[in-house]
Amino acid sequence: MTDFFKLHFFVPLAAVLGLVVVAYVGVQANLQLLFGVVVPYMAALIFIEGMVYRLIQWTRSPVPFRIPTTAAQNKSLPWIEKNLGEKLDNPETTKHVVGRMALEVLAFRSLFRNTRTELRQDPDHPEGARLIHWSYKWLWLGAIAFHYAFLVVILRHLRFFTEPVPGFVYLLDSVDGFLQFFVPVVYLSGLVLLVAAGYLLLRRILRPELRYISLAADYFPLFLILSIAITGILMRYFYKVDIVAVKDLALGLATFKPKVVAGIGVIFYIHLFLVCVLFAYFPFSKLMHAPGVFLSPTRNLACNSRWVRHVNPWNYPVKFHSYAEYEDKFREAMIEADIPVEKES
Amino acid sequence: MKLADLLSQKKATILERWLHLLLDSYPSETSGFFKKEKDPFNNPLAFRLSQGLQGVYEALLQDTARERILASLDDVISIKALENFSPSQAVAFIFLLKPVIREELATELKEAQLSEECLEVESRIDGLALLCFEVYMKRREKLYELRINEVKNQVSGLMRRTGLTLVTPQQ
Amino acid sequence: MAKAKVTVPTPAEILPGISYKTPEKGWMDVKPDFRPGTYCNPANPKWLEWIGYPYPRAWHVTDEDWHLPSDWKETILQGMEDRLSRFRSLKLFFDICVRCGACADKCHFFLGTGDPKNMPVLRAELMRSVYKRYFKPAGRLLGQLAGARDLTEDVIKEWFFYLYQCTECRRCSLFCPYGIDMAEMTILGRELLSSIGINIEWTLASVAQCYDKGSHIGATPQAMKDMIDFFAEENERVTGIYTPITYNRKGAEILFVAPSGDYFADPGTYTFMGYMLLFTYLGLDYTISTYAGEGGNFGFFMSHEMGKRLNAKIYAEAKRLGVKWIIGGECGHMWRILNQYMDTWNGPADFLEMPVSPITGTKFENAATTRMVHISEFTADLIKHGKLKLDPMRNAHIKLTFHDSCNTSRGMGIFEEPRYIIKNVLPEGHFVDMPPNTIREKTFCCGSGSGFNADEYLETRLRGGLPRANAVRYVHEKYGVNHLGCICAIDRAVLPTLLGYWVPEVEVTGISELVGNALVFDEEIERTTDLRDRDLVGVGEAEEGVEAAEAAEEEE
Repeated sequence: MTDFFKLHFFVPLAAVLGLVVVAYVGVQANLQLLFGVVVPYMAALIFIEGMVYRLIQWTRSPVPFRIPTTAAQNKSLPWIEKNLGEKLDNPETTKHVVGRMALEVLAFRSLFRNTRTELRQDPDHPEGARLIHWSYKWLWLGAIAFHYAFLVVILRHLRFFTEPVPGFVYLLDSVDGFLQFFVPVVYLSGLVLLVAAGYLLLRRILRPELRYISLAADYFPLFLILSIAITGILMRYFYKVDIVAVKDLALGLATFKPKVVAGIGVIFYIHLFLVCVLFAYFPFSKLMHAPGVFLSPTRNLACNSRWVRHVNPWNYPVKFHSYAEYEDKFREAMIEADIPVEKES
Repeated sequence: MKLADLLSQKKATILERWLHLLLDSYPSETSGFFKKEKDPFNNPLAFRLSQGLQGVYEALLQDTARERILASLDDVISIKALENFSPSQAVAFIFLLKPVIREELATELKEAQLSEECLEVESRIDGLALLCFEVYMKRREKLYELRINEVKNQVSGLMRRTGLTLVTPQQ
Repeated sequence: MAKAKVTVPTPAEILPGISYKTPEKGWMDVKPDFRPGTYCNPANPKWLEWIGYPYPRAWHVTDEDWHLPSDWKETILQGMEDRLSRFRSLKLFFDICVRCGACADKCHFFLGTGDPKNMPVLRAELMRSVYKRYFKPAGRLLGQLAGARDLTEDVIKEWFFYLYQCTECRRCSLFCPYGIDMAEMTILGRELLSSIGINIEWTLASVAQCYDKGSHIGATPQAMKDMIDFFAEENERVTGIYTPITYNRKGAEILFVAPSGDYFADPGTYTFMGYMLLFTYLGLDYTISTYAGEGGNFGFFMSHEMGKRLNAKIYAEAKRLGVKWIIGGECGHMWRILNQYMDTWNGPADFLEMPVSPITGTKFENAATTRMVHISEFTADLIKHGKLKLDPMRNAHIKLTFHDSCNTSRGMGIFEEPRYIIKNVLPEGHFVDMPPNTIREKTFCCGSGSGFNADEYLETRLRGGLPRANAVRYVHEKYGVNHLGCICAIDRAVLPTLLGYWVPEVEVTGISELVGNALVFDEEIERTTDLRDRDLVGVGEAEEGVEAAEAAEEEE
């Protein structure tokens, strides 16, 4: 274990545990107003302002060149046909760029590209072995499970912030909780989130090359999200809190009529505090990959720079060796070699 | 049981251990990847090494044409000749087979007549080691030849233009 | 008396990692090991003077002191700030990487060297750590804990080592879920190094020659003409068809721009002969320029600006000569530039016309603003319209596989045209593709792109090229492939070396060379050899057969 790993692993771990302690002590000291109202509002404020700030920061820098990664045949002669997949992998029009981005954002297209080839021993084959191709999708699967579970969990939480609760939240609720082997109903999304985040964490720790590149900024959000998931699950299934009171608090926050509600267990405040930290941390962290991917110039541009002019706003004239200078230097030799010149002498 | 039979019986484990020893000489952050990745095209380095070791091991077990032995040694040494820049490091792999066999067959080797056979196998390994020097030298010479060829290719058009040739007399 | 102790190492002690482990350290504490073969030589100061770039001086990579200018640190940081404000790509790529490792095993240099800092994610982190330290509050406050580190001379040396172990092939960007492109960061990182006078000889010599004389190899106009005129004669000798060409001719319809590798270095020269045969066959009204005699652009391998300075000549010359449009030869990075940069840098080319093939009437609408057409597009269109009489049997001695060059693949997307040509100029069954995860958009780099053709760098090039060569070896052993086709001049210069080491049975050829072999002219002589003077299938054997028969008669 290198010192580098220790620093980047244990400090964020201690930080997350510290946050739990802070929330616990705070609530024990009757600071419900702080943890139930002030901190959530602050976190929301930081999240929104930070996000806007970062987006403005990014968009202030122009995209001087059209540099999409072309992952399929480009526009060519009319008889070279492209299927839909190729049109999305090398988009020519805005419509196809939207398609490419949608695939990237909703289906993690690029991660899905991982393929493996293997020479399998096969005695039946004339050469004793044959080549097989398969897709290597573990990272893709882990990532997609993680993100979708997270999304479902967030949407499910809308039932605390809305009154009446929108229909789709109920629907989601019943789909998510169709496995009724436990009371209360177990939400799959929570389990999937926990397992997927656990996988993403373990792979960082266990694979030497990933351990080598991982930083505190990689472990911290994972620890945070894992703690949020664990406290959420504990609260729902084991240390039950007063749901009605929680909803009261949440609605108060959502309708800007905040109030301190008595009788909510400390575990709720820990959960809420960690969520607040996540939101406040979001705009200043690598989690900004979520909005960032939409701005990625290798993905969000049409590959049309040969037939539609792309303008660089800071394009400036450069000095280059002009033909006149060139001819001045080589005129005699050019005349001798019968290469046409502008000036005979 | 004879040593030769034992060696072919344990071929797979011995080869894997040998390969892993060899891969251990890469930075620990990457040796794990080299060991795990089985795609011959995505992990050509370990693939080539493993092919080479397999060929060399087979040559140890049964008589093999010299060209084939050299080709198998070359699979390994062609990689090693590029990366270590020290001949001893490039050919050290062949000697690693000895401890691998000794450890893998530790209990069996305690029998007296086997240890005699073992000496024989080890001297065959020594023979292979001698061949390694040939292969290594060939590879290093190849590097210089390629350097020269690149320069030649840069000017060969010009030479043809002037009617000169770069072909050496004996060719 | 104690004997002097002699330690003889055991074999296991000779190799690191077996009986002893090098102490494991975080990557920030590991310094690159500059051994011969792992770095390119620094640029000769005179080239920098030629092009007016800063801090020309003599220095050596292995020296402790690189004689950096006294304000090098400010220059780098200012340069970084400046680039952050000009390139959204840089800012975004610095900020959004989650270090998921999807790119880690996609880099040919990682696969070939096993150096963990060749994982693109970590190569980027070498620069990102400095960005965090000086441009992010967290990095300023928390230092290493935030993945930040001070900018020191050692960091500069590390950048030099690893940014020149990236061929800007973009394979990592294909697999990155956010499209983070190491090539973009390498280009900008090399710009920063260049701003404090750190450049490599191979790139700079080519750049300076191209700037001054017109091509990377520094051919004077008369030398270039002499060489190409010679090809016309060579064509006549082999095919009976003289293929004259005009230079700097005003009023021609088309300007043809090829990479200079094609008119000087073998086997690119045969590709050039192929271009000439094709154009002569068509009676094309075209000319080439000695001033804009270079399609390639090594300037791009040191900075965007230098790329633009070299590229500017093509449009300038097209304008001066008054041509209608431009055809470009087979070259890799040249085409990434023509596709993604040229018009933005030096356009609009409104003095040119929409490219229309004078033979087929095809309008090349995909080149509507750049007005520059790829030779493979041009040729594929001719074949499709049945305008070329081809005899594939003249390529029967060739069993081909095709190397998709990085830049034409991931920076342009030209996959079908060359394959269409190949299938028409080779006999049926003489073309096989390599395994799918090594071709097309997933193609492996030759290992020598972006200015690495230098011979002092040979070992590293061969290691980086192993993934490519390994796939070639597979199709060679399985299908008897004996030629590797490509549409890139750097490939034609470096793949013979790469294959010479890994798969010596396979030779390298351009696609236009194959076209030249197969083209049937009405007034040609009987062909007995290909453009390289190698016997055609049937010809040599037939003669041998005759000789054998004669010999048998004599014996009787």
